[in-house]
Amino acid sequence: MFIQFFYTLRHRKIPVSITEWIVLMEALSKGCALNSLNNFYYLARSILIKSESWYDEYDIAFQEYFKGIEAPSEIRDEVMRWLQDPSIQKVFSNMDPETLDKLSIEELMKEFEKRLKEQNEKHDGGSHWIGTRGTSPFGHSGVHPTGIRVGGKPGGSRAIKIAGERRFKNLRSDITLDIRQIELALKSLRVLGRIGPEDELDLDRTIDATAKNAGDIDLIWKKSRKNMVKLLLLIDIGGSMDEYASLCSRIFSAAHSATHFKDFQYYYFHNCVYNRLYTDVERNNWVNTDNLLKNLDSEYRVVIIGDARMANSELMSPYGSIYYDDYNETPGIVWFERIANRFNHCVWLNPADPYYWDHPTVNMVSRLFPIYELTLEGLTEGLKKLIAK
Amino acid sequence: MKKGEFHIFKGSDDYVASESLRNAVNVMLALQRPLLIRGEPGTGKTLLAHSIAKSLDKKLVIFNVKSTTKAQEGLYVYDTVRRLNDARFDDSDVMDIKKYIKLGKIGEAFASPEQVVLLIDEVDKADIEFPNDLLNELDEMSFNIPETGETIAAKHRPIVIITSNAEKELPDAFLRRCIFHYIEFPDSEIMREIVNVHFPDLRQELLGESIKTFYKIRGLDDLSKKPSTSELIDWIQVLTAAEVKPENISKEVPFINALLKKEADYHYFLKNENKVKRFSQR
Repeated sequence: MFIQFFYTLRHRKIPVSITEWIVLMEALSKGCALNSLNNFYYLARSILIKSESWYDEYDIAFQEYFKGIEAPSEIRDEVMRWLQDPSIQKVFSNMDPETLDKLSIEELMKEFEKRLKEQNEKHDGGSHWIGTRGTSPFGHSGVHPTGIRVGGKPGGSRAIKIAGERRFKNLRSDITLDIRQIELALKSLRVLGRIGPEDELDLDRTIDATAKNAGDIDLIWKKSRKNMVKLLLLIDIGGSMDEYASLCSRIFSAAHSATHFKDFQYYYFHNCVYNRLYTDVERNNWVNTDNLLKNLDSEYRVVIIGDARMANSELMSPYGSIYYDDYNETPGIVWFERIANRFNHCVWLNPADPYYWDHPTVNMVSRLFPIYELTLEGLTEGLKKLIAK
Repeated sequence: MKKGEFHIFKGSDDYVASESLRNAVNVMLALQRPLLIRGEPGTGKTLLAHSIAKSLDKKLVIFNVKSTTKAQEGLYVYDTVRRLNDARFDDSDVMDIKKYIKLGKIGEAFASPEQVVLLIDEVDKADIEFPNDLLNELDEMSFNIPETGETIAAKHRPIVIITSNAEKELPDAFLRRCIFHYIEFPDSEIMREIVNVHFPDLRQELLGESIKTFYKIRGLDDLSKKPSTSELIDWIQVLTAAEVKPENISKEVPFINALLKKEADYHYFLKNENKVKRFSQR
């Protein structure tokens, strides 16, 4: 039943699982769609789609699948019949998403047509025939075209119109996928220490003290454990970094939403760090790198994200910056050296493929900072290095 | 559930629910699964739970999540200090641990003799593991208290509403178990209805003018916090109290501070005032 709709969704890379599909079947069997395509549109959306960023793809898939179908008034009956078949649960539970993926739509269609032909030869109504043929997934998929096109009340076309409006276009986001993974990785960046007010009851010591006190209660408090890690993030937003922009913004939003750091500061630079670090992408506002180095204590964990590929002069020469107004008397490499000396824990994350790392300036930088590839693996390794004593 | 029982929730007197939202709520009621609501601040995510409770005539239990909230606190808290304190006096029986177990909001909802509506508000504010820690409990609607060996199981599965501002990504396993709905910012037609619910006696010209201007301001690109429904309602309240003439609303945009809450936005508005004013005079 409708199983092709499921494929259509998965085809569009929408993360729909069998679990959710079964829930939808359950909902249909309870009459939730109220025999209208319009209700079905909302019903399926609320069950199958779990983020507004997929609403747009859903609309497209819905249109693709339901276009031309006028009145699916028998949705419920068909599903009921289908669900009463005990073999159906077995079919689904035996089938993991991988195998479902492998069954191609063409195969299904071919099989379906074959059976439909047989059916015409044997019956004219045919509903019974399809109903009992529920033991194979092909049979179910076949229910849809016959079941749906059989007359019924009109008025189902509105949902397609709603889907056609594609109102959720702006909510699409192709980057949300791994933010959670990065957040989890950042979570490992944690050194617990007891700081702040004494607000946690020290049960063991309280019992000891109370016992010594001849049973008169003596409450002992201790400072609660909090994360002591302070993070300084320096991001290269120079031209060559453009292709990694979405990756960097993912890291950035993950770090930004992580609430467990004691302090989190971030600055931007173009290609190389000089006397200024910028607080905005447009290079309108900055802080003096010198001041920053003075003000931040050496316990800050420093993460530098950049491809470290630049012209030799940008790294090595005075006044080497590509921006005239930077006016750097001190070459970039010296600034990097100062950062490496000031802070005890620094790592460099490089979004470029390691294949490109054999480059004079990358080599130069790697003498100052340990460089890790900006993948989940590299990130995890790098962060481990960052909190190691 | 019988066929006729579907479509229970139709919004309440003081809450206007769009068709898609009503559908999502009814699906959730039919399937008895948690409903996850996402949307811009001020689109009425929290109010929805109030409205559902009201229209179904059920008690509402609210579990407010903060950044320090642990999943455990929602279930129960074991008050060891009080027990210790009681232990030094003879007048109470400290062997009865039950006395020192205090149910949290989720526990309260499970233990309730009648079905309740449970609102878990702003689930994304808590630690990243928080939703995962509650998966099992929300699935089975029961949990165990090891201290007493007791199991708290829901007699009637509570109706669970979870709201999120999408500050953090939620785990897949959690999402799979929920019915999801994203509340769009209402368009001006629905907004009219919403305002009408709050001010039934409002003059139509004032309503029309203020809503028109409101959407103009929302249309400005670079506002860091766009005014939402609650701000509009405040604004209209001020406008009526000050007896501003409807035709002056779009000309002067008075009491703009009721709509814009950030200094930067205010200055930005002053710079772009003409966009809002000129257009609205046409």
